[in-house]
Amino acid sequence: MRGITKRFPGVLANDDVTFEAAAGEVHALLGENGAGKTTLSNILTGLYRQDEGDVELYGETVRFHSPRDALDAGVCMVHQHFRLVAPFTVAENVVLGDHRKEASFFLHGRSTERAVAELGERYGLDVPPRAKIWQLSVGEQQRVEILKALYREARILIMDEPTAVLTPQEAVALFATLRSMAEEGKTVIFISHKLHEVKAVADRVTVLRGGRTIETVAASGATPQSLAALMVGREIEVLRPLEEARQLADVLALEIEGVTVPGDRGEIAVRNVSFSVREGEIVGIAGVAGNGQRELAEAISGMRDIRGGTVRVGGRALRGGDPRESILAGVSHVPEDRLGTGLAPSLSVTNNVAIKTYRGRSLSHGPLLALRRMRDAALGIIRRYDVKTPTPETPVRNLSGGNLQKLVLGREFEDHPLVLVVAQPTRGLDVGAIETVHAYLRDAAASGVAILLLSEDLDEIRALADRILVMYEGEVVGELRAGHASIEEIGLLMAGGRGA
Amino acid sequence: MIRLERRLQQPWWLSVAVPVGSLAVAFAIMAVVLLASGHEVVDTYRKIVEAGFTGNGALSATLVSATPILFTGLAAAAAFRMELFNIGAEGQLYLGAIGASWIALQLGDHGAGSTPLFVVSMCAAAAVLGALWALIPGVLKAFANTNEIITSLMLNYVAGLLLTYLIYDSASYWRDTSTLQARAFPQGKPMPSAAEWPSFGSNVVVPLGFAIGVGVAVVLWFVYSRTRFGFEVSVIADSPRAARYAGMRTRRKILAVMAISGAVAGIGGASQVAEFSHTLDGSPQGLQAAAFGYTGIVVAALARYNPLAVCLVAVLIGGLLNAGFTLQGADFPSGLVGVMQGIILFCALGGELLIRYRLTLRRRSRTHVEGGTTPEAAA
Repeated sequence: MRGITKRFPGVLANDDVTFEAAAGEVHALLGENGAGKTTLSNILTGLYRQDEGDVELYGETVRFHSPRDALDAGVCMVHQHFRLVAPFTVAENVVLGDHRKEASFFLHGRSTERAVAELGERYGLDVPPRAKIWQLSVGEQQRVEILKALYREARILIMDEPTAVLTPQEAVALFATLRSMAEEGKTVIFISHKLHEVKAVADRVTVLRGGRTIETVAASGATPQSLAALMVGREIEVLRPLEEARQLADVLALEIEGVTVPGDRGEIAVRNVSFSVREGEIVGIAGVAGNGQRELAEAISGMRDIRGGTVRVGGRALRGGDPRESILAGVSHVPEDRLGTGLAPSLSVTNNVAIKTYRGRSLSHGPLLALRRMRDAALGIIRRYDVKTPTPETPVRNLSGGNLQKLVLGREFEDHPLVLVVAQPTRGLDVGAIETVHAYLRDAAASGVAILLLSEDLDEIRALADRILVMYEGEVVGELRAGHASIEEIGLLMAGGRGA
Repeated sequence: MIRLERRLQQPWWLSVAVPVGSLAVAFAIMAVVLLASGHEVVDTYRKIVEAGFTGNGALSATLVSATPILFTGLAAAAAFRMELFNIGAEGQLYLGAIGASWIALQLGDHGAGSTPLFVVSMCAAAAVLGALWALIPGVLKAFANTNEIITSLMLNYVAGLLLTYLIYDSASYWRDTSTLQARAFPQGKPMPSAAEWPSFGSNVVVPLGFAIGVGVAVVLWFVYSRTRFGFEVSVIADSPRAARYAGMRTRRKILAVMAISGAVAGIGGASQVAEFSHTLDGSPQGLQAAAFGYTGIVVAALARYNPLAVCLVAVLIGGLLNAGFTLQGADFPSGLVGVMQGIILFCALGGELLIRYRLTLRRRSRTHVEGGTTPEAAA
């Protein structure tokens, strides 16, 4: 890819980016969010078209008009959110949309199953071809996505932050698969912002910053610190685990007693969980995605019914299932899904700042809105939390991930909560924004807010939490104190190994 | 090969250029149809403009045609703004007509003679019945999460049959049974003369219903843009999850919005009775054949659910409808009028697509990649 430039309204997403990956290598694309990684891969997969520059595949200039063109040329992407059909089998998902086979009309069930099994064996991607997708774990589903690409004889595979949903052990297995694909002459482009992963799997690393290529370096000669410095453009601190839990007064802000919560399909997602969070304390909940963390957070914030047990906030029991009740009790929630749950995407920054407080005296006169004061409140949060937006009237969907999160955090802090439930606060954020978000969380805890931190990033949990709870299949399977929690130990608990 | 690609950005001039362009295309297609059927193109267009807008008394007639679709357009806009697809303005309008005629007949029986009293009570009764009818799909949506498009649409047929039943198949309060002729040829009781709504103006006659409709539009615009209620509606429309997260009472909003939408459509029914038919029209070829409810959806869509824009669009569409009545005759079949109106609506709605997508032309081609290990298929 040579001299790629892509403009969006008000943003130069890619500015003369040049990127080369050789056949037979794992090439990491490293950069903060908003650095242009996603835009670049969307151009390579035909989702966007570049304004300037050329894409060359194996020496020939190509011009993709749609993702299908890119697929035909052998470029496949495994997205963060999988594109699988849950009620279909693995083999059916693998052939789905493969229009090379459409002409034959019939699905060759047996032969595809055999082909899928063979591919799986060759690359160490063990999935039963006849299993239905919904029966598989997230890690297995990811393997199906990779099988899909292999079945289509992809020559270039793009993996977008593939380890976010994996345990440390599963990530190691994935790296082995990617290496064996590279050995066969395929090209793997590995998008990530996790430095140690990049170092573990990649041959070369291209660092993007602010839409420009900064440098391509050999992974073997780089250190996490040197990569981080390239990524951010200055020296930054790599996350270091908290050495000791802080001393805190023994005032319980959040008490969870034997709580059971239903999942989306009526199954039990959280089973008989008990713990408490003190004022000013940060309690981290670790676990592989889909083990009940999201449901637990939603139960506390009222987004989900509580089927058994009690949730107490500041000593007051919640009936559950009513977000307004939780808000009034003093719970603030920074949801995992910022854009869509935490914010209404097409509405302006101003309206999103007022999304809870519009009911209050300060922003309304009876049934009428105080539009001027709503705008002032928004300007205040924009200024104090350094939210970068062209105007307060800009729809929030045009803001970058880091600014969205600053906006949500700012809004929730200004509400002066007793308990703050924060889910995946730095997912998809760049290093600079992560530092800011962590500083905000530490400040909030220092001012006495009880924080329940749900995160899939173990480094983050270890850096912030006074205590770490590990969830597996809806239950808390272990509790570790800051300074006494190794990655290996947490990883083992996350994978269901009890003990510790 | 023609392909549609989603636009990543929408330049502002598109929202002006596309409607104008759509109309130009519509008139161009119509020219072909007119030529093929042996009609004078320019002369026909001149007649349309004259009959719809510029001719003597044309604007007055246009406002008459615009009044019912103004109400149904506002009803659709009010609901669609919350992504609540109330397709039932048609039936809610019938119920409004039933309610308004009932109260007018009642007041007449009790000897009331003051027109303002008639106007207010007819609007109120029509709004209540329209709202209640709309609340049936509303309650189902709020508490059982049924699809409001289907339930509100189905209720239109129920409302239509009810209307026919009241006049044709029963000795209901609404049916006129005073004379032998009325017993043989079913018709509704005539309204008392005080129930006829007045109109204003000398050059251009504005029906009271149209004025009420404009008032309703202003109120709706204010409610949706300046109140807490309107704020909640816009959040729910954009993201129901975000609304729930923020502690908004979504169910109540569904009920309220359906009630508002039904009430507005109902007042449209009152205006039909009070200004034009002066009786409850139960004929399947009468009120029910006009399909005001469905035309209202088109009006709302063209106005992009903006209540103030609905007023303007209702007048434009009303003009077209009115021109259609004038044009049709011995040498100009009514079918051709329908074709012309269809082409205009089709182009106007089709043009909306171009605001969000762009068309690209390219040749069918293969993506050539060196090496040949990738099986290629024609794109």
